[in-house]
Amino acid sequence: MIFIGERINTGFKDIKAAVENKDADVLKEWAVKQAKAGATYLDVNLGAVSSKPEDLCWMIEQVQAVSDLPLSIDTNKPSMLKEAVPLCKKPPLINSTTAVDEKMEAIFPIVAEAGASIVGLVMDEEGSPKSADKRVENAGKLLAKAMEFDISPEQLFLDPIVMPLKYMQEQAQEILSAAGQFKLFSDPPPHIVCGLSNISNGTTKKHLINRTFAIMLVANGLDAVICDVTDEDLVNALLTAELVMNKQIYADGYIEAFHS
Amino acid sequence: MQIPEVSEKWTAPINTVTIGATKDQGGTRGKTVTVGGQTTLPFLTFEGELPNKPVIAGFVADTPPDWPDVLKQAIGKEIESPTEWAQKCVQEYKVDLINLKLLGADPAGKDESPEECAKVVEAVLKAVDVPIILWGCGDDEKDNLVLPDCSQAAKGENCLIGSAKETNYRTVVAICKSDKHKIIAEAPVDINIGKQVNILLQDAGFDLKDVVMFQTTAALGYGFDYVYTILERARTAGLKGDKLMACPQLCDVGGEVWRIKEAVVDEDVLPGWGKLAKRGPMWEATCASVYLQAGADILVMAHPEAIKNVQATIEQFAG
Repeated sequence: MIFIGERINTGFKDIKAAVENKDADVLKEWAVKQAKAGATYLDVNLGAVSSKPEDLCWMIEQVQAVSDLPLSIDTNKPSMLKEAVPLCKKPPLINSTTAVDEKMEAIFPIVAEAGASIVGLVMDEEGSPKSADKRVENAGKLLAKAMEFDISPEQLFLDPIVMPLKYMQEQAQEILSAAGQFKLFSDPPPHIVCGLSNISNGTTKKHLINRTFAIMLVANGLDAVICDVTDEDLVNALLTAELVMNKQIYADGYIEAFHS
Repeated sequence: MQIPEVSEKWTAPINTVTIGATKDQGGTRGKTVTVGGQTTLPFLTFEGELPNKPVIAGFVADTPPDWPDVLKQAIGKEIESPTEWAQKCVQEYKVDLINLKLLGADPAGKDESPEECAKVVEAVLKAVDVPIILWGCGDDEKDNLVLPDCSQAAKGENCLIGSAKETNYRTVVAICKSDKHKIIAEAPVDINIGKQVNILLQDAGFDLKDVVMFQTTAALGYGFDYVYTILERARTAGLKGDKLMACPQLCDVGGEVWRIKEAVVDEDVLPGWGKLAKRGPMWEATCASVYLQAGADILVMAHPEAIKNVQATIEQFAG
């Protein structure tokens, strides 16, 4: 399982304040904490706090000062990426593009040049799809376009776009069905990723809903997740789901081995 | 018709493990032996890197094993002396390293003391200059006494020491850390226990980059396919990025084959099976060659003809 730590995001109040005040310690603390929890990538998201590339670059530098993990650069703006990607010590995951031609044509050259990976959101000009079929159609567009730029399926992380369970309950099944079809696209298949926390937006049982949905997604091919990696119950449930899917070899100490 | 591209792309290499230490490295070996480092399955040179060939370790014991005469005669009188046997393995059979088993320590047999065993280790180290794989007698309790003395006697020689199991790994880790040796992690034909032993070694502070995995070994006809599939599954897991399974693997072919009926009894007992003198080494060579295909990096072998045969196979496929 590829764990992408979601916490360095200005959507969180402490990170927003830290970026505004250039208080590096808060970012560094979260980088270390998520790395210790077993993150594979650390997501870095400047959000709407600033539109200046130098602010994103500052965030990247603070995180890289305390962690060797590769980063997930959370922006869809090519102008930001052109500044941020060269700073990355390891090939980053670029988060994200949609299946809109002009978006893909602007971002894929940056991905290809850096040997990076890219999250492809299966939405197009019409916005977020409602059906599994539309999600699969858009995923196909992303994969085909990526190949034109010599981006391999292993560099592509397809995101079926998770919708809040509370407000769009019928969407969950469409998402599961779509994910199950993404992995049939190619051999080797593209990665399947999601921004997990969306599923529990507005609910009172966030952890349980996140965990339940994550496990169901693993059964449909999910192999990467943007989530709260410090939620140990979630991480352990995902590790276990991977055993159930025979993706990893069982050993009595599989949980301890991951956390050691 | 165009032939489709079928080559696999794996994500991670198998660990590289070097056995033996030269003078410059704090030992007295004339050369070191390196295994592992591959980025694909055995012999698939079109798919990835195979930087180190599989190697053969000559089976040597401090006391002659309970083997059939065809094998004892093929080795000759040197089987009575571990130093002469080791020298014959190196000089005549051209093995890459020596696999020394201290069978004499067995409480049910000669019950040699740890001090006696350590003397044998010192003598073999003096007699040959290739790297050494070192085992106790297989009795856990006795090996806990024997291995520390033997490890100490070989301090700095960067031996490969066998074996760490779920039950005794702490002792083996302690001696290998203090005397700078590498470890054979053993599991009883069980991939889950194999992974668990590696987790335990890692928890005890031993770097898995200094570990060779050993799933015991089965002779052809005696669970061979179980061991084969485990070696293969461990190897593919390692290549897919499971760091707990990315260790090189060892098979004790010589130690196993010469205990089974087909390699022990002649035509009088098995009519139609051909002469034992030919059948025995063929059985050993066949097992060894197929384990190479499964992902074995170190083969422990006994019969000179079988060794010669498998050396030719390695040369042909990986030369």
